Amino acid sequence: MTFEIDKIRSDFPILASTIDGKPLVYLDNAATTQKPQSVIDAITDYYTHYNSNIHRGAHHLSNQATEAHEKARRTVQRYINAEHADEVIFTRGTTESINLVASSFGQAFVKPGDEVIVTEMEHHSNFVPWQMLCERQGARFRVIPFDANGDLRMDVYADLLNEKTKIVAFNHVSNSLGTINPARKIIEMAHQVGAAVLVDAAQSVQHVEHDVQALDADFYAFSGHKIYGPTGIGVLYGKEKWLNAMPPYQGGGEMIDLVTVERTTYNKLPFKFEAGTPNIVGPIGLAAAIDYLDQFDFAEIRAHEDKVLEYGRERLSEVPGLTLYGDSQHRTSILSFNINGIHHYDLGILLDTQGVAVRTGHHCTQPIMTALGIEGTVRASLAVYNTRAEMDALIEAIYKVRKMLGR
Amino acid sequence: MPTIDEIQAEIVEDFSFLPEWDERYAYLIELGQKMAPLPEEHRKEDNIVRGCQSTVWLHRTCNDGAVILQADSDSLIVKGLAALLMKVYSGQPADVILKADLTFFEETGLNKHLSSQRANGLMAMIDEIKAFAVKCAAGEA
Repeated sequence: MTFEIDKIRSDFPILASTIDGKPLVYLDNAATTQKPQSVIDAITDYYTHYNSNIHRGAHHLSNQATEAHEKARRTVQRYINAEHADEVIFTRGTTESINLVASSFGQAFVKPGDEVIVTEMEHHSNFVPWQMLCERQGARFRVIPFDANGDLRMDVYADLLNEKTKIVAFNHVSNSLGTINPARKIIEMAHQVGAAVLVDAAQSVQHVEHDVQALDADFYAFSGHKIYGPTGIGVLYGKEKWLNAMPPYQGGGEMIDLVTVERTTYNKLPFKFEAGTPNIVGPIGLAAAIDYLDQFDFAEIRAHEDKVLEYGRERLSEVPGLTLYGDSQHRTSILSFNINGIHHYDLGILLDTQGVAVRTGHHCTQPIMTALGIEGTVRASLAVYNTRAEMDALIEAIYKVRKMLGR
Repeated sequence: MPTIDEIQAEIVEDFSFLPEWDERYAYLIELGQKMAPLPEEHRKEDNIVRGCQSTVWLHRTCNDGAVILQADSDSLIVKGLAALLMKVYSGQPADVILKADLTFFEETGLNKHLSSQRANGLMAMIDEIKAFAVKCAAGEA
């Protein structure tokens, strides 16, 4: 289908909302994206017509629900180009996917004296689980810093890597700076010392390259709700060789093969890592979101988002006293900024009175804020449906706030 | 001294004259700016209220069973909210503070409009004031 922005906007019913009589300008997409009607319909259709528990039911509805759930796994497999569908594990979200790896991979492969590498620009969800793992196992927690532009210090990374490095975890795209990290290079370098790599794709899977085989990622984690799907569903991709070698994360139903008083044997992939009744409808909604995106040429989505981003950066840089954070040449979707003399919280609240939805604060990346010497920023984050006109609305709203506060 | 309920009624009335939200925020900000400045020596680590996107300093003293409060914030909106809390609570007997119902936040509609109360730290400020009132009422402050 051709990429027509008006048509795309009309596919997302919430975008027609008004806030206190003003048209909604939704620029908080890095926190969560809005949902197209097809996703809302897929969820409603499930509950209206074939809600049922899956995998073991002896009846028609259960078969239908199982089929839709497992078809969704294959849709995810296709979107991220995983070699096997059983390498796609459904979780609650990126955070749970990362915790699963930190726990199970950590238990099997990270020993006292080993090293784990993350970056200074991680979301807390790809920072704290590794810090906890290192404390638990007596391993060393090492951090790659970033430079003034918001690019990772690849020279420091090269120095940090050694034969004790067991896993490297990094975000493909920074949720606070918008930097697109050199994923292929980071992974290739880690593999040279025999380390596994987890890619936090929460902010990248919907905007940039998302081919796990081309990246050669060992693990790849993302959330459904940031790619136009429902909340409460996430994905962990893992190479079969790792997933088979890792112990289960949680025990319970579904993940077992045989349970006796003496011992339990575990189910095969992916069920070994999916204890309990899963979120059945979540993958169905996520697959509808992926099918929605797949109507378009991904290059066109990328080009549109880049055009709006660059226009937004240009307009923002005209505002007196405004500092933009993150100046990497490789960037996407994030406009993080402060205005001299205006607290980020005040700016966020006063933009809201004009219908402009942004996020303020540290964005769960306190190490970034510490490195920049600030408490927080205002963050406008883009999605496929945002427009240059919305960038103009943001700028106009900012000027109103400046006037109101006498800045 | 007017009662807590009388002060709250006055706040609700003041806000009712301002139909537009940008006017309400402008008024809130003005209230913060008119508040007596917090002396520099009270801008210390011990007085920082946790759980806010902005930094809030809350200086508490107990004077003959009454709670005396001074506050400041680097956010103008949060400073305005703090000014409202000072109006309502400061100078009131500790036991009265502990029994009082805080209603102005809902009645002005500020609760619906300001993003989460966790972000602006209002709840954290109220918790700190009440915890101090307990000590003040018990003669431990």
